[in-house]
Amino acid sequence: MPVIKSIEDLKKIRDQAKDQINLRVDNESKTRVVVGMGTCGIAAGARQVMLAILEELKKRNVSDVIVTEAGCIGLCQYEPLVDVIKPDRPKVTYVNMNPDKAREIVVKHIINDQVVDEYVVPNI
Amino acid sequence: MKELSLHILDIVQNSLGAKASLIEIDINEDVKNDLLVIRIKDNGLGMDTATAQKVMDPFYTTRTTRRVGLGIPLFAQAAESCGGDFKIYSEKGRGTEIVATFTLSHIDRAPIGSMADTMVSLIAMRPDVDYIYRHCVGDREFTLDTREIKETLEDVPINNPMVIDWIKEFVNGNLKEINGGA
Repeated sequence: MPVIKSIEDLKKIRDQAKDQINLRVDNESKTRVVVGMGTCGIAAGARQVMLAILEELKKRNVSDVIVTEAGCIGLCQYEPLVDVIKPDRPKVTYVNMNPDKAREIVVKHIINDQVVDEYVVPNI
Repeated sequence: MKELSLHILDIVQNSLGAKASLIEIDINEDVKNDLLVIRIKDNGLGMDTATAQKVMDPFYTTRTTRRVGLGIPLFAQAAESCGGDFKIYSEKGRGTEIVATFTLSHIDRAPIGSMADTMVSLIAMRPDVDYIYRHCVGDREFTLDTREIKETLEDVPINNPMVIDWIKEFVNGNLKEINGGA
């Protein structure tokens, strides 16, 4: 039987994390990633997309990105949708996301600053 | 929706939209009476009686981006199609409570799915909101209360990636335990 994570473990994590956050500068120049979490988004797989983004950011040690959610914006047929908003840049909306495509966006767009054109919302 | 945990994630979005600061999610697998009860309660804005009745209608929504609102009707249908029922209680200024009942062993009942994924998504996206997630199977139960976690964490944010991993394993480990171990 696996040992259930205890509050003691959580305290260890806290002490470890405390050192890290002190190194991080908190400012408004953070990249925002917004995952569509309306009924349409969730039914299309937004939860797994969002978890993939969190995992990829963690794996690559990217800590200055804010991952958040939005409701339905009326593009239900293109869900799951992911917006990437870099400071002082126009918003980029990616459509028909899945966990693999989302990981690609973390690496190419968020980390290496290259918009992945083939996943961007088509002109409507 | 393939999993009840996805319905829960969806319904909680309504609570977040209603500016709730505390959201309670109760799942009770009552094996003896063959019942599954899912209760979601928030302290958000609430609705008046007329509105609370209208939300069951798929063509009612407060949104302007589209003309349908399917979250609640879909969840209600999931319950009603397996011999259960669906109730919504709301009071303006106090909050809203939703209770969905299912026949636990019904062939059409969707699996609960990953509650760890649902809780982690919610906490990661909206760390400012508090969640109490209680899950009972028979007479065993466990609770995840983000207020307690935040207290333990002191000034470390609850959406810190290491904390998120801890929460995921905490939920999965406890669910395994209350379901009778590995």
